[in-house]
Amino acid sequence: MSTISTRRGNRAEAAAAPSKYQPQDGLLLEVDDLFVEFHTDDGVAKAINGVSFDLRQGETLAILGESGSGKSVTAQAIMGILDMPPAKIPAGQVRYCGHDLLTMPEDERRKTRGPEISMIFQDALSSLNPVFPVGWQIAEMFRKHRGLNKSESLDRAVRLMERVQIPAAKERVKAYPHQFSGGMRQRIMIAMAIALDPAVLIADEPTTALDVTVQAQIMSLLEELQQEREMGLILITHDLGVVADVADKIAVMYAGRIVERADVYDIYARPGHPYTRGLLDSIPRLDQKGQTLSAIGGLPPNLTKIPAGCAFNPRCRMADHVCRTDLPPLREVEPGRESACHFAEEVLRG
Amino acid sequence: MADAILTATDLVKHYPIKGGVLRRTVGHVKAVDGVSFQLMRGETLGIVGESGCGKSTLGRLLMRLEEPTSGTLDFDGIDMYSKKGSEMRKLRRDIQIVFQDPYTSLNPRMTVGDIIGEPFDIHPDVVPKAGRRKAVQDLLDMVGLNPEHINRYPHQFSGGQRQRIGIARGIALNPKVLICDEPVSALDVSVQAQVVNLMEKLQDELGLSYVFIAHDLSVVRHISDRVGVMYLGRMAELGNEDEVYQHPTHPYTQALLSAVPVPDPTLRGKREQIVLTGDVPSPANPPSGCRFHTRCWKAQEKCKVDTPELIERPDGVGAHFSACHFAEPRLVIETVDVSDVEPDERFSSTEVVDPGALLERDGAATTAADDVVSDGTQQGEPVGEPDASREDVFREEVRGDAPDRRDI
Repeated sequence: MSTISTRRGNRAEAAAAPSKYQPQDGLLLEVDDLFVEFHTDDGVAKAINGVSFDLRQGETLAILGESGSGKSVTAQAIMGILDMPPAKIPAGQVRYCGHDLLTMPEDERRKTRGPEISMIFQDALSSLNPVFPVGWQIAEMFRKHRGLNKSESLDRAVRLMERVQIPAAKERVKAYPHQFSGGMRQRIMIAMAIALDPAVLIADEPTTALDVTVQAQIMSLLEELQQEREMGLILITHDLGVVADVADKIAVMYAGRIVERADVYDIYARPGHPYTRGLLDSIPRLDQKGQTLSAIGGLPPNLTKIPAGCAFNPRCRMADHVCRTDLPPLREVEPGRESACHFAEEVLRG
Repeated sequence: MADAILTATDLVKHYPIKGGVLRRTVGHVKAVDGVSFQLMRGETLGIVGESGCGKSTLGRLLMRLEEPTSGTLDFDGIDMYSKKGSEMRKLRRDIQIVFQDPYTSLNPRMTVGDIIGEPFDIHPDVVPKAGRRKAVQDLLDMVGLNPEHINRYPHQFSGGQRQRIGIARGIALNPKVLICDEPVSALDVSVQAQVVNLMEKLQDELGLSYVFIAHDLSVVRHISDRVGVMYLGRMAELGNEDEVYQHPTHPYTQALLSAVPVPDPTLRGKREQIVLTGDVPSPANPPSGCRFHTRCWKAQEKCKVDTPELIERPDGVGAHFSACHFAEPRLVIETVDVSDVEPDERFSSTEVVDPGALLERDGAATTAADDVVSDGTQQGEPVGEPDASREDVFREEVRGDAPDRRDI
């Protein structure tokens, strides 16, 4: 498809000046010891408690976690779309190509949203504006960021809609969001997100609301686009199946911390944290029969009252005294593998 | 196989579409359009399909929460759709339902005791008034909740706990059939397994028959004895769990199975991918002939004209029900038998534990309601309020799941 330029390649067509952000050694994003808390009537909810990770060009990082684990808040903090207050970022850095986004002036940061870092939300229907045609909404990206006029920008919108495989794009560019199915709306969201050829794409549960056959279509489209443009992709999900299909690296979150981080193959073959292990034992598998499901007891903690020591200790069947007093740091337990468990070596032995 | 407890024959449910100024009927949404099957005593029949395929409408028809456009439903020798008033009410005692969303299916102004006890108000002869509180507490215990929490309100429980309340209400009248409409879809992964295990335990103990409606093919495979695959209001394929998952003959089933992600990266790129193009057509205007022909790679002229019947067709090993003119078995996913693999009890448990009761270890106790993040909320809304007797309550709670059975 000729309309698509490779990342940092032929951007002339996009009428954009070369980006002032250039990754060094392929390193796009560094999140460094990030904290986010929410001040609520019931106390301070500590949503993120020291999260660090890197994202490189062309890499897919999956952030895996249950509701309340802080995975979406992490994404929102990177995008700078948290409502502050009630949210507060007491510490941490989010560096994009070496520039700290958190301390950047707002007008400068706004210019990064779209051309540099972009996001796809879970619920396409509520993320699209119901009173404007979809083409107009996609074209808005080109009008605002690239200064294109109405007809040029609409042309580009049509080409993008074709790229995300929306049939009869020319006719449907004037249609409204409610005239599309869920899968098609999600494609429109993707078209908007990649419109300005971002270096980093964050997809927050992009297929959770969709049926499996549509999910498969959307995931393969995302994979294709990512490879074509060498984007760094952060995939936020609770679905261990989707992660196994597309991710390179996984960060497992629990109660606002990364409890395990490893290569996708390693983590499924040999989890290094009791929580990851428990999760893998508790999902029914399509390719197995006679499976005994085994559940993690208890529930994720209330974020206003995270247990002392390891946050997972009340649910962990391996927990010892040390787990109730000492917070286990995320440490390297094997080359390329990190786990935040006092007994990680034991878990790894299986 | 035992005898059938529920026999549906040619069930049809069309909803009128009103249009124009005069609100005339301009068409029909054919939500369920000719579905027949049997539910055997003590078995679990899984119904899978994508959104809009009519599986929830089917569930409501089986409960007679919806009146069918046509078709019959035989429950244990009784024609359900011919019964009226008190007779119907009496029948409902034997068929109960658990709804998908534990957040909206429980009245927030009623205590748990009132919610679970409400069926006894409608059917007062099941449990005498004096024994109701005890009966409700027994039910709570049975679904792995603390019987002391009888006076709490739904908001004080997490999603998984609320679904247990919904299940307790469903089994209160000691029904024979339980219709489960997406009972675990709204729950987090780690909580889902707890509820699935609970449902299996209850089935063993109470001899229930389940109609388990879900879109998640993995969960359905795990829990079902037989599985029906629905597409646009009709059954595309119906057979034993083995038959449907290992020798699917309907192209739609094959496509569905190939699309389900499996949590094993080593299968990446090795699995056969059948990518369906387009979306499910509108049930208001379903395609002629075989409804799947617009998305099917095998479709020929015949498929556009002749509606294929759901009949037994060879699947390579034996034969099972499939509604495809060109039915042929295709191995979409290799199945591994793991019946003899025991989960490592150091990491998780097959026991039906109270999701609120944290594991008892060295006398360390924290309570349920206090440390709960309700599923589905992002920032963790606190559930429950402190009360003085909590410590005692908790000890009671973790003592375990005393298998006191109620007798009805």
